Amino acid sequence: MIWLKKRTTQGAPQARVRGAQQADLDQVIEIDAGVTGLRKPAYWSEILQRYGSGRRQRFFLVADSGGRIEGFVIGEVRDWEFGSPPCGWVFAISVRPDARLGGVGTLLLEAISAGFRKLGVTKLRTMLSRDNQLILSFFRSQGMMAAPFIPLEKDLE
Amino acid sequence: MKLQKNTLLALYSVLEFAANPGRQLSAAEVAAKYRISPHHLAKVLRTLGRARLVAAVRGVGGGYRFAGNAKRLTLMDVIELFEDISAPRRAPAKGAQRRRAATDSIAAPHEVEDALGVVLAEIDEIAKATFRSITLDTMLKLVERRRGAI
Repeated sequence: MIWLKKRTTQGAPQARVRGAQQADLDQVIEIDAGVTGLRKPAYWSEILQRYGSGRRQRFFLVADSGGRIEGFVIGEVRDWEFGSPPCGWVFAISVRPDARLGGVGTLLLEAISAGFRKLGVTKLRTMLSRDNQLILSFFRSQGMMAAPFIPLEKDLE
Repeated sequence: MKLQKNTLLALYSVLEFAANPGRQLSAAEVAAKYRISPHHLAKVLRTLGRARLVAAVRGVGGGYRFAGNAKRLTLMDVIELFEDISAPRRAPAKGAQRRRAATDSIAAPHEVEDALGVVLAEIDEIAKATFRSITLDTMLKLVERRRGAI
Protein backbone atom coordinates (compact mmCIF):
# COMPACT_ATOMS: atom_id res chain seq x y z
CA MET A 1 0.00 0.00 0.00
CA ILE A 2 1.38 3.39 -0.99
CA TRP A 3 0.39 6.87 0.14
CA LEU A 4 1.01 9.73 -2.20
CA LYS A 5 1.16 13.29 -1.04
CA LYS A 6 2.56 16.47 -2.35
CA ARG A 7 3.43 19.66 -0.62
CA THR A 8 5.08 22.81 -1.80
CA THR A 9 6.67 24.67 1.05
CA GLN A 10 8.44 27.89 0.26
CA GLY A 11 11.99 27.03 -0.72
CA ALA A 12 11.44 23.31 -0.28
CA PRO A 13 11.23 20.74 -3.03
CA GLN A 14 8.02 19.00 -3.87
CA ALA A 15 8.06 15.58 -2.34
CA ARG A 16 5.73 12.64 -2.47
CA VAL A 17 5.64 9.89 0.08
CA ARG A 18 5.57 6.31 -1.14
CA GLY A 19 6.58 2.86 -0.03
CA ALA A 20 10.32 2.20 0.02
CA GLN A 21 11.77 0.08 -2.77
CA GLN A 22 15.01 -1.77 -3.29
CA ALA A 23 16.31 1.02 -5.53
CA ASP A 24 15.93 3.52 -2.65
CA LEU A 25 18.12 1.59 -0.29
CA ASP A 26 21.46 3.21 -1.20
CA GLN A 27 20.04 6.64 -0.49
CA VAL A 28 18.43 5.50 2.75
CA ILE A 29 21.76 4.01 3.86
CA GLU A 30 23.48 7.27 2.94
CA ILE A 31 20.99 9.40 4.91
CA ASP A 32 21.29 7.13 7.94
CA ALA A 33 25.09 7.03 7.73
CA GLY A 34 25.16 10.83 7.51
CA VAL A 35 23.24 11.06 10.77
CA THR A 36 24.66 8.13 12.73
CA GLY A 37 28.14 7.94 11.23
CA LEU A 38 27.70 4.22 10.53
CA ARG A 39 26.94 2.50 7.21
CA LYS A 40 24.72 -0.51 7.83
CA PRO A 41 23.77 -2.01 4.46
CA ALA A 42 22.91 -5.46 5.82
CA TYR A 43 20.66 -3.96 8.49
CA TRP A 44 18.79 -1.78 5.98
CA SER A 45 18.39 -4.65 3.57
CA GLU A 46 16.75 -6.67 6.33
CA ILE A 47 14.56 -3.73 7.35
CA LEU A 48 13.34 -3.39 3.77
CA GLN A 49 12.50 -7.09 3.70
CA ARG A 50 10.60 -6.89 6.97
CA TYR A 51 8.90 -3.53 6.55
CA GLY A 52 8.83 -2.90 2.78
CA SER A 53 5.67 -2.43 0.74
CA GLY A 54 2.93 -4.96 1.20
CA ARG A 55 3.89 -6.02 4.72
CA ARG A 56 0.83 -6.23 6.90
CA GLN A 57 0.75 -3.58 9.64
CA ARG A 58 4.25 -2.44 8.72
CA PHE A 59 5.42 0.71 6.96
CA PHE A 60 8.69 1.78 5.40
CA LEU A 61 7.98 5.04 3.60
CA VAL A 62 10.26 7.45 1.78
CA ALA A 63 9.86 11.07 0.72
CA ASP A 64 10.79 11.15 -2.96
CA SER A 65 11.60 14.44 -4.63
CA GLY A 66 12.23 13.71 -8.29
CA GLY A 67 14.20 10.56 -7.54
CA ARG A 68 16.08 12.06 -4.61
CA ILE A 69 15.09 10.47 -1.33
CA GLU A 70 14.78 13.33 1.17
CA GLY A 71 13.91 11.20 4.17
CA PHE A 72 12.23 8.09 5.44
CA VAL A 73 10.04 6.82 8.22
CA ILE A 74 9.51 3.29 9.53
CA GLY A 75 6.90 1.94 11.87
CA GLU A 76 4.37 -0.72 12.58
CA VAL A 77 1.20 -1.45 14.46
CA ARG A 78 1.98 -3.07 17.78
CA ASP A 79 -0.73 -5.03 19.51
CA TRP A 80 -1.32 -5.37 23.21
CA GLU A 81 2.19 -4.77 24.46
CA PHE A 82 1.93 -4.80 28.24
CA GLY A 83 -1.81 -4.54 27.93
CA SER A 84 -1.78 -1.49 25.66
CA PRO A 85 -4.39 -1.50 22.88
CA PRO A 86 -2.94 -1.55 19.34
CA CYS A 87 -0.94 1.59 18.57
CA GLY A 88 1.10 2.93 15.69
CA TRP A 89 4.75 2.71 16.63
CA VAL A 90 7.34 4.85 14.83
CA PHE A 91 10.83 3.56 15.39
CA ALA A 92 12.82 5.50 12.81
CA ILE A 93 12.52 8.83 11.04
CA SER A 94 15.26 10.73 9.31
CA VAL A 95 15.52 13.64 6.90
CA ARG A 96 18.57 14.77 4.94
CA PRO A 97 20.15 17.69 6.82
CA ASP A 98 19.87 19.96 3.75
CA ALA A 99 16.15 19.15 3.41
CA ARG A 100 15.21 19.89 7.00
CA LEU A 101 12.81 22.66 8.03
CA GLY A 102 11.00 22.18 4.73
CA GLY A 103 8.16 20.06 6.03
CA VAL A 104 9.55 16.69 4.90
CA GLY A 105 9.47 15.18 8.39
CA THR A 106 5.92 16.39 8.90
CA LEU A 107 4.92 14.94 5.54
CA LEU A 108 6.42 11.55 6.45
CA LEU A 109 4.78 11.50 9.86
CA GLU A 110 1.42 12.48 8.38
CA ALA A 111 1.71 9.69 5.80
CA ILE A 112 2.53 6.96 8.30
CA SER A 113 -0.19 8.28 10.62
CA ALA A 114 -2.67 8.01 7.74
CA GLY A 115 -1.56 4.42 7.25
CA PHE A 116 -2.07 3.65 10.93
CA ARG A 117 -5.50 5.28 10.88
CA LYS A 118 -6.55 3.10 7.96
CA LEU A 119 -5.74 0.11 10.15
CA GLY A 120 -8.01 1.44 12.87
CA VAL A 121 -5.25 2.71 15.12
CA THR A 122 -5.86 5.94 17.01
CA LYS A 123 -2.65 6.37 18.96
CA LEU A 124 0.85 7.13 17.71
CA ARG A 125 3.86 6.32 19.86
CA THR A 126 7.60 6.41 19.66
CA MET A 127 10.62 6.20 21.94
CA LEU A 128 14.00 7.83 21.65
CA SER A 129 17.01 8.85 23.64
CA ARG A 130 16.36 11.83 25.89
CA ASP A 131 19.63 13.30 24.57
CA ASN A 132 18.22 13.38 21.06
CA GLN A 133 16.94 16.92 21.30
CA LEU A 134 16.52 17.39 17.55
CA ILE A 135 14.11 14.52 17.01
CA LEU A 136 12.44 14.99 20.40
CA SER A 137 11.69 18.60 19.46
CA PHE A 138 10.36 17.45 16.10
CA PHE A 139 7.92 14.98 17.67
CA ARG A 140 6.91 17.59 20.24
CA SER A 141 6.23 20.09 17.45
CA GLN A 142 3.88 17.49 15.97
CA GLY A 143 1.84 17.54 19.15
CA MET A 144 3.27 14.43 20.79
CA MET A 145 3.31 14.37 24.58
CA ALA A 146 4.81 12.04 27.19
CA ALA A 147 3.11 8.66 27.09
CA PRO A 148 1.88 6.90 30.22
CA PHE A 149 4.83 4.51 30.09
CA ILE A 150 8.31 4.63 31.55
CA PRO A 151 11.13 2.93 29.68
CA LEU A 152 13.36 0.88 31.96
CA GLU A 153 16.63 -0.95 31.48
CA LYS A 154 19.36 -2.76 33.36
CA ASP A 155 22.78 -4.10 32.66
CA LEU A 156 22.82 -7.85 32.11
CA GLU A 157 26.00 -9.14 33.69
CA MET B 1 13.15 20.02 39.33
CA LYS B 2 10.98 22.57 41.09
CA LEU B 3 10.86 25.87 39.25
CA GLN B 4 11.25 29.07 41.22
CA LYS B 5 8.72 31.87 40.97
CA ASN B 6 11.01 34.04 38.82
CA THR B 7 11.43 31.20 36.35
CA LEU B 8 7.70 30.77 36.00
CA LEU B 9 7.27 34.52 35.53
CA ALA B 10 9.94 34.43 32.83
CA LEU B 11 8.18 31.56 31.05
CA TYR B 12 4.82 33.35 31.17
CA SER B 13 6.40 36.54 29.86
CA VAL B 14 8.41 35.00 27.07
CA LEU B 15 5.40 33.04 25.88
CA GLU B 16 3.29 36.18 26.00
CA PHE B 17 5.82 38.09 23.90
CA ALA B 18 6.40 35.19 21.52
CA ALA B 19 2.67 34.88 20.91
CA ASN B 20 2.68 38.51 19.77
CA PRO B 21 6.04 38.80 18.04
CA GLY B 22 5.48 42.12 16.32
CA ARG B 23 3.77 43.80 19.22
CA GLN B 24 5.18 45.84 22.06
CA LEU B 25 3.82 44.98 25.45
CA SER B 26 4.48 46.87 28.64
CA ALA B 27 5.54 45.10 31.79
CA ALA B 28 2.36 46.42 33.39
CA GLU B 29 0.18 44.69 30.75
CA VAL B 30 1.89 41.34 31.28
CA ALA B 31 1.83 41.77 35.05
CA ALA B 32 -1.89 42.54 35.00
CA LYS B 33 -2.69 39.57 32.81
CA TYR B 34 -0.91 37.13 35.10
CA ARG B 35 -1.80 39.00 38.28
CA ILE B 36 1.79 39.46 39.37
CA SER B 37 3.78 42.33 40.78
CA PRO B 38 5.04 44.68 38.02
CA HIS B 39 8.10 45.42 40.15
CA HIS B 40 8.93 41.72 40.39
CA LEU B 41 8.31 41.23 36.70
CA ALA B 42 10.57 44.16 35.76
CA LYS B 43 13.54 42.34 37.27
CA VAL B 44 12.70 39.21 35.30
CA LEU B 45 12.36 41.21 32.09
CA ARG B 46 15.75 42.79 32.62
CA THR B 47 17.29 39.32 32.75
CA LEU B 48 15.40 38.30 29.62
CA GLY B 49 16.58 41.50 27.95
CA ARG B 50 20.21 40.84 28.83
CA ALA B 51 19.83 37.38 27.28
CA ARG B 52 18.32 39.05 24.18
CA LEU B 53 15.12 37.09 24.34
CA VAL B 54 13.18 40.35 24.60
CA ALA B 55 14.14 43.84 23.51
CA ALA B 56 13.23 46.97 25.42
CA VAL B 57 11.49 49.65 23.40
CA ARG B 58 11.98 53.06 24.98
CA GLY B 59 9.83 56.16 24.93
CA VAL B 60 6.12 56.82 25.12
CA GLY B 61 4.20 53.63 24.48
CA GLY B 62 7.41 51.69 24.97
CA GLY B 63 7.66 48.29 26.49
CA TYR B 64 9.16 45.05 25.35
CA ARG B 65 8.91 42.92 22.27
CA PHE B 66 10.03 39.39 21.49
CA ALA B 67 13.56 39.23 20.08
CA GLY B 68 14.21 35.50 19.84
CA ASN B 69 13.39 32.68 17.46
CA ALA B 70 10.34 30.83 18.79
CA LYS B 71 11.10 27.78 16.66
CA ARG B 72 14.57 27.49 18.16
CA LEU B 73 14.26 28.68 21.75
CA THR B 74 13.32 25.95 24.17
CA LEU B 75 11.78 26.17 27.61
CA MET B 76 15.16 25.13 28.97
CA ASP B 77 16.84 28.14 27.32
CA VAL B 78 14.62 30.34 29.48
CA ILE B 79 14.79 28.18 32.60
CA GLU B 80 18.57 28.07 32.74
CA LEU B 81 18.71 31.86 32.91
CA PHE B 82 17.12 31.61 36.34
CA GLU B 83 17.95 28.18 37.72
CA ASP B 84 21.19 26.39 38.42
CA ILE B 85 20.68 23.23 36.44
CA SER B 86 24.30 22.18 36.29
CA ALA B 87 24.20 19.57 39.05
CA PRO B 88 21.55 17.14 40.23
CA ARG B 89 19.87 18.23 43.45
CA ARG B 90 21.36 15.30 45.27
CA ALA B 91 24.19 13.82 43.33
CA PRO B 92 24.69 10.15 44.14
CA ALA B 93 27.96 9.69 45.95
CA LYS B 94 29.28 6.89 43.78
CA GLY B 95 31.27 4.60 45.97
CA ALA B 96 32.64 7.54 47.87
CA GLN B 97 31.27 6.56 51.22
CA ARG B 98 31.73 2.87 51.71
CA ARG B 99 32.37 3.17 55.40
CA ARG B 100 29.94 0.44 56.28
CA ALA B 101 31.44 -2.90 57.11
CA ALA B 102 30.38 -5.77 54.87
CA THR B 103 28.69 -7.50 57.77
CA ASP B 104 26.33 -4.61 58.61
CA SER B 105 22.80 -5.62 57.78
CA ILE B 106 21.18 -2.20 58.19
CA ALA B 107 21.84 0.52 55.67
CA ALA B 108 23.62 3.59 56.97
CA PRO B 109 21.87 7.00 56.51
CA HIS B 110 24.25 8.08 53.76
CA GLU B 111 23.48 4.88 51.83
CA VAL B 112 19.75 5.57 51.93
CA GLU B 113 20.40 9.18 50.90
CA ASP B 114 22.64 7.97 48.15
CA ALA B 115 20.00 5.61 46.73
CA LEU B 116 17.30 8.26 47.00
CA GLY B 117 19.63 10.69 45.25
CA VAL B 118 19.84 8.30 42.30
CA VAL B 119 16.06 8.33 41.94
CA LEU B 120 15.81 12.12 42.31
CA ALA B 121 18.58 12.65 39.78
CA GLU B 122 16.71 10.35 37.37
CA ILE B 123 13.59 12.49 37.73
CA ASP B 124 15.62 15.66 37.18
CA GLU B 125 17.17 14.28 34.00
CA ILE B 126 13.74 13.43 32.58
CA ALA B 127 12.47 16.91 33.47
CA LYS B 128 15.47 18.56 31.81
CA ALA B 129 15.06 16.49 28.65
CA THR B 130 11.40 17.50 28.53
CA PHE B 131 12.20 21.20 28.88
CA ARG B 132 14.93 20.92 26.24
CA SER B 133 12.56 19.27 23.76
CA ILE B 134 9.81 21.89 23.85
CA THR B 135 10.30 25.06 21.85
CA LEU B 136 8.32 28.22 22.49
CA ASP B 137 6.55 27.64 19.18
CA THR B 138 5.52 24.13 20.26
CA MET B 139 4.40 25.51 23.61
CA LEU B 140 2.21 28.13 21.90
CA LYS B 141 0.67 25.39 19.75
CA LEU B 142 -0.05 23.42 22.93
CA VAL B 143 -1.78 26.46 24.43
CA GLU B 144 -3.92 26.74 21.28
CA ARG B 145 -4.77 23.04 21.30
CA ARG B 146 -5.83 23.22 24.91
CA ARG B 147 -7.91 26.33 24.24
CA GLY B 148 -9.65 24.42 21.44
CA ALA B 149 -10.25 21.47 23.75
CA ILE B 150 -11.97 23.54 26.43
